[in-house]
Parts: sequence; structure tokens; C-alpha cells
Amino acid sequence: MGKQLLLENINTQGIDTLPVYKQHGGYQALEKVLKMKPEEVVAEVQKSGLRGRGGAGFPTGMKWSFIAKPPGVPRHLVCNADESEPGTFKDRFLMQHKPHLLVEGMIISSFALGANTSYIYIRGEMLYVFHILEKAIQEAYDAGYLGKNILGSGFDLDLYVHPGGGAYICGEETALIESLEGKRGNPRIKPPFPAIAGVWGRPTVVNNVETISAVVPIINMGGDEYAKIGVGKSTGTKLISACGHINKPGVYEIELGVPVEEFIYSEAYCGGIKNGKKLKAVVAGGSSVPILPTELILKTAKGEPRLMTYESLSDGGFQTGTMLGSGGFIVMDETTSVVKNLWNFTRFYHHESCGQCSPCREGTGWMEKILHKIVEGHGTIADIDLLWDIQSKIEGKTICPLGEAASWPVASAIRHFRAEFEDYVNNPSKIKDVKHYFNTHNLQATEA
Amino acid sequence: MEIKFSSEALELVNKIIKRYPEGKQKSALLPVLHIAQAEFGGWLSSQTMDYVASLLKIQPVEVYEVASFYSMFNLKPVGKCLIEVCRTGPCWLLGAEDLVKYLEKKLNIKEGQTTADGMFTLKTVECLAACGTAPVVQIGEKYHENITFEKMDGILNECRATVTEPVSHWAKDKIKA
Repeated sequence: MGKQLLLENINTQGIDTLPVYKQHGGYQALEKVLKMKPEEVVAEVQKSGLRGRGGAGFPTGMKWSFIAKPPGVPRHLVCNADESEPGTFKDRFLMQHKPHLLVEGMIISSFALGANTSYIYIRGEMLYVFHILEKAIQEAYDAGYLGKNILGSGFDLDLYVHPGGGAYICGEETALIESLEGKRGNPRIKPPFPAIAGVWGRPTVVNNVETISAVVPIINMGGDEYAKIGVGKSTGTKLISACGHINKPGVYEIELGVPVEEFIYSEAYCGGIKNGKKLKAVVAGGSSVPILPTELILKTAKGEPRLMTYESLSDGGFQTGTMLGSGGFIVMDETTSVVKNLWNFTRFYHHESCGQCSPCREGTGWMEKILHKIVEGHGTIADIDLLWDIQSKIEGKTICPLGEAASWPVASAIRHFRAEFEDYVNNPSKIKDVKHYFNTHNLQATEA
Repeated sequence: MEIKFSSEALELVNKIIKRYPEGKQKSALLPVLHIAQAEFGGWLSSQTMDYVASLLKIQPVEVYEVASFYSMFNLKPVGKCLIEVCRTGPCWLLGAEDLVKYLEKKLNIKEGQTTADGMFTLKTVECLAACGTAPVVQIGEKYHENITFEKMDGILNECRATVTEPVSHWAKDKIKA
């Protein structure tokens, strides 16, 4: 287990309260920052090499440097806490256990951006976390870390939590902004980018929970020191939420660069595959990233060990690689039906499409129907080819990346597991006879 | 039933509206809809939505189009306990499909329906961001994780024994300014 910058003291009783958080070094970074100039804070984050931890991996310091500064126009920082990518549950874990880390990160980041009113847009389903954050924010106000003239620095900040209404698309930054304005969460066409015209037309930066939280240790240890952790341009630590057929599901903080094989099999992390089964495939960065079979997830296209880094996971490009994405690490054992799993994911993307773009609105539904037909044993070889054709006509042809999120899993599943699709088509009776892994319960329902 | 917030809820609504810039009170729509759903029986009638529109000084259609977009707002009555079973990804991998079938049989309803006594509504939802403790069920604010059939039976029994009025995501007892 490497350095723990975000999860440090996560199991300490009372770490969700201000006194205990402070006992463990909380708000020291804020005190340090208030003696700096905002541009120095931005520079420190740039030096750290921190990349957005929500999925896209864009350099955070660079994103901050883009914010427009028209005189007299308020700027805003909005935290994206709309975590809803299947396989991803790190932000909920972090906010639930260490809410003050996010609050401190929000204050520091707002100071750097010159924002005097900031918002945490939290997924509506997580209203219990909403209340935890509200309590932490109130404690911060009472201690003088929020409000007017914070710690006598002259800096003012109001921080609010805004509950969403349950829509995956609101994790896309412009859809989130629309939703924060009280509208349907329909993504906007970019440009203009939020840094120029965001919420209420004002310059806005939208950052993920983990990204904003990581600013606290960056300030504490310095950007240069933070950049020494990791490999190449994948600097620092990253939260990985591991789930599926593994012995130890949970949220792990890794130093970027851990080999994938070590992450799956070592006792420090996932502890190997459940019930002694063999590994079949992994979705490494949340449901939207390409699925890879065992041989490709453990090795790069060059035959080297694949590492948990932005670069190594996408090594060889989309043809063989995948992405670190949101850090949602879904492990599937040898009994898993990739076709059925894909149907489940595609149903998700169809349900969550906002409906603005025809390729996404119609295409996701079409793919779901074809996959259902195949899963039910009524598919044809032509259906597999049609699926391939449809996904290629969604990718890159929509306002927001939900098009890619829906098409990449389909493309990668067909590319790497076509034989399994053909088995469904050619031997439907065999497929129907298979007692799938999800029939794990032997209990019978009793009458109510 | 008269559609009017309790004084505590109204105080909270007014406090929330002030969180957004002047003239941008429409931004308060989602939080206010959560409160309205908690106050008025766990669902949003057209009268409730009209009332919210009047409070925020926006057109009723602006409320309808938002309430119908987000999956957490119920546009028809639901049981006192809305059982939301995550059906996506890891939850599906680890038994959500069987859990839904089990609940359908146990409660003698189909997904989307409400039991005859008005106690339970069964609904499937998309990923609840609790994949490490799959399968997961949400009732009101609470996440129930690592669900087995026995555990589910216990939850149903507890609901029957303790729940007397609709449980909403934004619990009524949390509505305080």
C-alpha cells in the first residue's frame, strides 16, 4: 500500500467532525493558502501535475488557468459530486467519511479561482451525504473558515450543497450547469466552455470531488513533492473503487503506477478473484470505458505489464487499450456473460440518454433492443454486424461524450468477445441451459 | 389536501432560494421539489408542481419539464416505502435481477406497482454508486447494502413495523431551516 493522502485517517472515529479533522492536520492547507496569492496556488496545482479525477483526466491547473476574469463579473466553482458511473463509488465514500477534506478543498480552490460563491452539486440519491456535508459546512462557517473575511484574510466565500434529481447525464459539466440553473440536464454545445460562460453565463470551473480534495495534500506537501509520486504524467495518488468478482471490494488509494496484476491479486488491494475462479475481463475506469479480456488488461500491446496510469491503460490506443476514467474497476470472472453484461450497460445508457441528439437517443435504444434479442436467443450474425455499425455511427456524433460512453463498451465487447456473441446466436439452447453466476441464491421466496 | 408548505418547510425553501443570485431563483427548483415530495405524500401532483412554480415565480411548464426529466420525482402516488433496487453493473452482476424477482413474488406485485395495502412500491433504478457493497437497495434516504434475501425480509418487516407515513428521500424530519 502506498502513500495515503486522501484516505489517511479515514477510519479514525470522528474524522467527519471539525475538531477531529483539525487534530489530524485539517485546515492547515487553508491557513497556508490564505498567505499566498491566488496565482501562486494555481501554479502549485499546475506543478503537481494533478489531472481531473472524474474521468476525462484533463490537467486541473491548466483548467483553472483558463477561467475568464472580466471585471465586475462573479466567478464560480462548482464541485461535481454527481457520481453515477456504474462501478464508481469513491466520491460518495470520501464525502461520507471525510467531508471536511472536500470543504477545505473547496475553500482553497475557490480562493485560487477568485470565486466568492461555490456550490457542491451532489447526486440526489445521496441525500444522506448531503446532510453530512451541510453539517461540515456549518462547522466551517462557525469556525470562520467560510463566510466573510475568512481568518482575517479579506477573502469571502459562501459554500452551498445543491441536490440533483437523479440523472447520470448531470455528471457532464455543461448538463450539470443546466441542472444547477433549474433546467433539464441537457448538455450544452461547447464552445463557449464553462470557464468563459458557465453557470448563469458567468465564468465557472467544474471539478470532481476527488480532484478538489486532492488540492489539500498538494498545498500541504507542495506541488513538486506531489508530482514525484506516480509515473510520468500520471502523478499523485488515485482512488480506485474496485468491485465485481473480487475477494475485497472497496475503495483503494493507489500511487499511480501500480501494476494491474498486483492490484487485482495482491492482498493489499483486491485479494484475487472470488471463489478461486479465473479472471475473464475487466472494465478499468467505469462502465463507459472499453472492456478488456485478461491477456490485454494485464499486459500492454507491447507485452509489458499494464500499469494503473492514464498512459499505460490507454497504451496502444482504443484498439487494445482502455482508460483510467473514473477509477471504477469492475472485475468479471470466467462465469460472466460479457453479452449479458453489455446488455445491462447498454440499457443503462439508453435510460440515461438526455434525448437531445438522435444518434444517442435512437442508437442506444436500438442497441439495447438488439442485445436483448441476442441474449434471449433470437439473434442472428447480421445483428452482431448491425450492432457494430450502429455503435460506429454514435461515437463522435453527439453533443456530449455519452455517445462514446454508450458505443465504446459495445465496440470493445464485439472486438474482444465476438465468439461469445456468435455462441449466443448459433447455440441459443446452450446459452439458455447455462446457470449463470447471478443465480447465487438458493432461497425461495416465501409468501408475504 | 391543501397544497401549502408547513412553516418550517417554507422557511427552508426561502433560505434555499437565497443561495442563488437575485433573479435566478429557478435554480432552487430541484431542492424545492425534493422538499415538496417529502411534504406532500411522496409524490408530485400537478397541483403541487403549480404551487412550486408560484413560489419560484416561474411557469408551471418549467416545473413539469424538470420533474419529468429526473428519475427521483414521482409523478404518481407511491407506497409509504418506495423500494428502489439498483439494477445496473455490479449490482446486476451480484444478484439484483434475482432480488427483483424475489421481491415481486414476496410482495405479490410487479416492478413499478404498489402493494394493495399501499405499503410498498417496487422500482428498479440505475447505478446507486455503491458498487462495492452490491446488491444495493434504497428506501428513503437510506442505502441498504450487501443485500441477501434474508436481509431483505428483515427490512420489509422493519418497514411494516415502523413506517406510518410516506418515507421520502428528503425525510420530513430533516426539513428544518
